[in-house]
Amino acid sequence: MQLTKEHFEPISVDLRQAEEIKRPSLSFWADVWRRLKMNKVAMASLIFILLLVACAIFIPIFSSHDYYTTNLAGKNKPPSAEHWFGTDDLGRDVFVRVWYGARISLEVGFAAALIDLIIGMIWGGIAGFYGGKVDEIMMRIADILYAIPYLLVVILLMVVMEQGVVTIIIALTITGWIGMARIVRGQILQLKAQEFVLAARSLGADNNRLIFKHLIPNALGPIIVTLSLTVPTAIFTESFLSFIGLGVSAPVASWGTMSAEGLAAMKYYPWRLMFPALFISVTMLAFNLFGDGLRDAVDPRLRK
Amino acid sequence: MERILEVKDLHVSFHTYAGEVKAVRGVNFHVNKGEAVAIVGESGCGKSVTAQTLMKLIPMPPGEIKKGDIIFNGESIVKKSNKEMEAIRGKEIGMIFQDPMTSLNPTLTVGNQIMEGLIKHQKMTRAAARARAIELLTMVGIPQPEKRVDQYPHEFSGGMRQRAMIAIALACSPKLLIADEPTTALDVTIQAQILDLMKDLQKKTGTSIILITHDLGVVAEMCDRVIVMYAGKVIETGTVDDIFYNPQHPYTKGLLRSVPRLDLKRDEPLTPIFGTPPDLLRPPVGCGFTARCESAMRVCQEYDPELKEISSTQRAACWLQHPLAQNRAGS
Amino acid sequence: MIRYLGKRIFFMFLSLFLIVTATFFIMKAVPGGPFTSEKNVPDEIRAALEAKYKLNLPLHEQYLDYLKGIITWDLGPSFTEKSSTVNDMIKRGFPVSAHLGAQALLLAVFGGITLGVIAALKHNKWQDYTAMVIAVLGLSVPGFILASFYQYFFAIKWGWFPIAKWEGFEYTILPSLALSAMPMAFIARLTRSNMLEVLSQDYIKTAKAKGLNTFTITVKHAIRNALLPVITYLGPLVANILTGAFVIERIFGVPGLGREFVLSITNRDYTVIMGTTVFYSIILVAAVLLVDIAYTLVDPRIKLSDTGRE
Repeated sequence: MQLTKEHFEPISVDLRQAEEIKRPSLSFWADVWRRLKMNKVAMASLIFILLLVACAIFIPIFSSHDYYTTNLAGKNKPPSAEHWFGTDDLGRDVFVRVWYGARISLEVGFAAALIDLIIGMIWGGIAGFYGGKVDEIMMRIADILYAIPYLLVVILLMVVMEQGVVTIIIALTITGWIGMARIVRGQILQLKAQEFVLAARSLGADNNRLIFKHLIPNALGPIIVTLSLTVPTAIFTESFLSFIGLGVSAPVASWGTMSAEGLAAMKYYPWRLMFPALFISVTMLAFNLFGDGLRDAVDPRLRK
Repeated sequence: MERILEVKDLHVSFHTYAGEVKAVRGVNFHVNKGEAVAIVGESGCGKSVTAQTLMKLIPMPPGEIKKGDIIFNGESIVKKSNKEMEAIRGKEIGMIFQDPMTSLNPTLTVGNQIMEGLIKHQKMTRAAARARAIELLTMVGIPQPEKRVDQYPHEFSGGMRQRAMIAIALACSPKLLIADEPTTALDVTIQAQILDLMKDLQKKTGTSIILITHDLGVVAEMCDRVIVMYAGKVIETGTVDDIFYNPQHPYTKGLLRSVPRLDLKRDEPLTPIFGTPPDLLRPPVGCGFTARCESAMRVCQEYDPELKEISSTQRAACWLQHPLAQNRAGS
Repeated sequence: MIRYLGKRIFFMFLSLFLIVTATFFIMKAVPGGPFTSEKNVPDEIRAALEAKYKLNLPLHEQYLDYLKGIITWDLGPSFTEKSSTVNDMIKRGFPVSAHLGAQALLLAVFGGITLGVIAALKHNKWQDYTAMVIAVLGLSVPGFILASFYQYFFAIKWGWFPIAKWEGFEYTILPSLALSAMPMAFIARLTRSNMLEVLSQDYIKTAKAKGLNTFTITVKHAIRNALLPVITYLGPLVANILTGAFVIERIFGVPGLGREFVLSITNRDYTVIMGTTVFYSIILVAAVLLVDIAYTLVDPRIKLSDTGRE
């Protein structure tokens, strides 16, 4: 290399410029969304869930079949152009029944998640925010309830209450909120120790405002992740209950009851078990995968 | 003087999703027998990677030694297999890590963790290893070693854990001790104790030490020679006196200006070095420090300066050393 | 330690008391339940019920009597089966359920840990992806569907295993596999994430810097530490397996307590539902407690610092 005098002329370096942050800063949720979008599995699951919701709403409306009309002449027919998923032992169209089942599963899943969220937020929020004796007593109660085996409580309630979707939702949420309450409390305790709470306090924000405006939005990440994983648990429990005969009653179709009926005839009419079973499994899978993706997106440190 | 370690033109890269991070880009240095050498630089300058490469502790992949050689005790480490490395690690080279809170296994007793190396390298029986572990704990100044040897790390304070780490590193009397920021995570008073201990042990055992730090105060106290690293390269080396009293590279000067010193005038402010080190995913063509350098010249952007001899002990890599730039030197 | 234990045991009994009481009052509220006199049951059973539950006595005495029955382990007669009491049914069914459960538990623990460890050691390689696909499928496919699937293919179609009943080792394989799937998947995921966490810890680097070989590091330093949190999951795992057995036993016609329980639900055999619920609750609550105690014994970090932790 040939170095000349010009090479050794000073250049001005704007020192402050080096300090500038090169990447535009994104808000927390924009960043979560960006990371989620990059996760193909999670996005596919999300699209599947949205499609499932749309189909569960519209297919029963526009279908030429309904879930209750029996047709003994055309019972146990294999899948055909007329009955895409075949017919059951009373000649009912399995395709439409599966979509009615989807409605029930989704209703139960979303409602249970929502109620868990509301109770859990209130309980955990109050316990975490007030701390001290209030916290001690409230969490002790939650601990004792938590020690009671979940499924047994649900079964017991289902045995004595009138069968139906509402009962299932009540049974699922009666102790289901505790997990959420614990998460919320943990988040609040963690956040309470942080400085911006003190800042908001010193600006004269009252307690309610502090809880709902500052604490809860900041605790939202783990809460949403827990929520997304509550849905498949609720769907699973509903189908489990229906399967052992404690869910919705005939003629309403749930994936669990359809599986139970299908199981009895599995040897000769496997499609009657196959379709509801497939739907439960794929739906659970989609919710689980989406929940995993969401968790990774909310807290990239957890990505493994 | 006999050299225990020689690093020649070492290049280390990490293959990440974003691309190849060239963490170490042609590093040369050596360590003599019984000498304490400091490697100094900011976070992310490649000093820890260099240190861990000496023991081949970087995960490979994603890490890779792209080029260069490491000669330890007359033998090349780069070519050694993992099995051969196991015989060197802990026996010939010991290492102390930054955070004593996390570098001990929480579910094994401290004694057990000291004994592991002894049993492996010196083929000691458990009883003999235990006796030696107690000796080592005494040596690093832990009171009641017979009791402490059976305790778990969480029963030790931070300073004591670092003492235990030193005991582990020195268990098999290694020829070289690498201390990667050994005092950074400790309280100031404890820092001094640990440094005293290391100095003391070096005197007793004659071990060579490589001390990795960003704390120039620590360097002055402990070391014979200093290697200043920046953006994966060595930019200046010299004796402690060279570096402290006659620094040549603007970065070294900057580092010194950012450290409080007793010999500074009272009202003289500390000056930080503005900006951050370059992104080693896309290392700069010229000198890595150009963007932050007050004396940057056109040549700095285009060509990377090589290490030039300043005196028999000191070398610096800066275009200001070039004859054509002499009129600007010292400004 | 003793304070902590005492506290835990006290709260365990409190939980149990709550379950027992809730069960009593829920059953009391059921029209046609065991505590009402207007029901259509054979005379012998009615007589047995009335003798047992002293329906003519006031409510609080009935309740005390019921509590006494539970303490002396007399869970009363069956509502529908003339000849057996709830105690008989438990004696008959529980050993079978326990056998099935133990087999599934072993499978879940060993299978899950193996999958998890392999996945973590081969992080982001095909072994990892395969193990995690298996795990997420295991979490997503409900046990009763998996059981039906196994039964259809392995028993009905290919005839590799008996379809149902409980008459020897080959009869236990499909139910155990179906029952262990979900907990195995859970353990695999838990183990994997713990392993990855542990493998990135500084003390693994320390172990490596000591010159230990990969095997020693993996077994002594990594797996050991990664498995400690898995132990805490064993309590809920027992619950998962015992309740999961309700459907698995039904599908494979296993004469266990779980099937008995589901049958009692179908037949609205309230006394059996009540007794079995209480029995299961005791087992599950005790299992969780035992596991937690075991954990404090295994993890040295908890042993001495028991004051603040629960």
